[in-house]
Amino acid sequence: MPETTPRLAADTVAFADPPTLGRTPAVTVPRTRTLRTVLVRAVRSSVALVAFLALWEAAPRLGLTDPVFLPPFTVVLQALAGQVASGELAEHLGASLGRAGVGFAIALGIAIPVGVAIGWYRQAAELLNPILELFRNTAALALLPVFILVLGIGETSKIAIVAFACTFPVLLTTIAGVRTVDPLLVKSARSLGLSSVRLFWHVVLPSAVPTIFTGIRMAGAASILVLIAAEMVGARAGLGYLITYTQFNFQIPQMYAGILVIALTGVTINALLLGLERHFSRWRVPA
Amino acid sequence: MSTTKLRFDNVHKEFTVRDPARGRSARRQFVAVEDFTLDVPAGQLLTVVGPSGCGKSTLLDLVGGLTPPTSGRILLDGVEVTGPGLDRGVVFQQYALLPWRTARGNVEFGLAAKGVPRRERAARADEHLELVGLTGFADRYPHELSGGMKQRVAIARSLAFDPDVLLMDEPFAALDAQTRETLQDELLRIWRATGKTIVFITHGIDEAVYLGQRVAVMTPRPGRLHSTLDIDLDPSADEDVRSTAHFGELRHEVWTRLQTGQAAPVKELTHA
Repeated sequence: MPETTPRLAADTVAFADPPTLGRTPAVTVPRTRTLRTVLVRAVRSSVALVAFLALWEAAPRLGLTDPVFLPPFTVVLQALAGQVASGELAEHLGASLGRAGVGFAIALGIAIPVGVAIGWYRQAAELLNPILELFRNTAALALLPVFILVLGIGETSKIAIVAFACTFPVLLTTIAGVRTVDPLLVKSARSLGLSSVRLFWHVVLPSAVPTIFTGIRMAGAASILVLIAAEMVGARAGLGYLITYTQFNFQIPQMYAGILVIALTGVTINALLLGLERHFSRWRVPA
Repeated sequence: MSTTKLRFDNVHKEFTVRDPARGRSARRQFVAVEDFTLDVPAGQLLTVVGPSGCGKSTLLDLVGGLTPPTSGRILLDGVEVTGPGLDRGVVFQQYALLPWRTARGNVEFGLAAKGVPRRERAARADEHLELVGLTGFADRYPHELSGGMKQRVAIARSLAFDPDVLLMDEPFAALDAQTRETLQDELLRIWRATGKTIVFITHGIDEAVYLGQRVAVMTPRPGRLHSTLDIDLDPSADEDVRSTAHFGELRHEVWTRLQTGQAAPVKELTHA
């Protein structure tokens, strides 16, 4: 290496190429090759999905299954188009998302502050851990009859059970996130004379955010799961109601359309939360 | 010499530690620092050298106000240290940068703690990043920086809020040899530029002799000040100071003192 760089900046100069710094080297790839890799990747990631849909389409048409109980995929899509056009789908989807959203928000509002308190104060953790373990291991749906008995069959019981199911994943990851904050960061912040409140707000909470988000994503999945089940038991709107209603009326393609919407809703919620998580965890070392 | 900046006045620190040899719940007193008395004049770069476990880091926690002494006092400008404060800046071996803040954000963190108005923070942060040779890296996150650069950010953070004393706890120990030498020279340059009083803790004899105007030699179990040694090297000279005969003599002198300190009969731990 030629000795042209000033000595005092040697370790800076060694890393001074900004575009490659800490990231994958920006190797120039020919355009055709990138296009091909994108295509290859797209095919690879969708091949299983396409095969599944093709099987779904073919099986009833070839007489492998009863077309009445499993209509071909395209028939289900037609039924879905009809539900969209009539506004029926929007009504049920809206009802479900509203309940899931409110329940989810209540869960976050309870779980994050409580989790933070439990994670921060050792005595609180010792006091509350046994009861938390008990509730965490109780399947939320097992409590559905209790919720209905106590809160009635209306909106309250459905929102409450969603809130219940969402609380525990968020609570437990919040406790873990607050507990595992790097003690050196706390020590360093304390050496700056930071008050407990500011230490908490500027050091403990930000460092716990990625861990908390893992729980938030788990809660997102749980919210839909529990809600659909609750709506199947007693409701006059919602995706769970749509499925049971169409089943009872023997509108089998419409029933499958409802199931399809539920699956897509779950995927979308997860993707949204994943996007949020990435946004708030940009500072983390890329895995 | 000029006025005393930092005074250790019979500082004594004991911890209660577990004693597995005597049973599961047994506790005993462990003396980390014993009867430590030393004056650090304003503007001096004092290095404290000693083997691991000799109470060096405890000493620094005491000055930082992170833990109170069991007895004795630490005086900064004649005022007793009772807790953490922005009149002392601490640089840790593992950088202790907030990973979700950029280099500039980390420097601003210290400024915010001091109550510097938001509008002034960015300019002061950039100024200090420039001082440590990191112009152009202000928007990088810690994981995008090398170890040496992270430590530069940590030094910039501690200097930015303008403490009276800079406390450094083996700041270069985690770096490779070449980066360490570069940063040692950088530190000397920054010290001359700012005139700060610096207490630099290390277990490296070479580092202690090279950086220090004065070297405090500590011996372990319990951590005690063995002696101090004034260093009359001129690291700003063009020649390679480390390879001079005089550097070798000083190095040997510190080494000998460390050896005799260890050869002394190990004082038994006082049982509680």
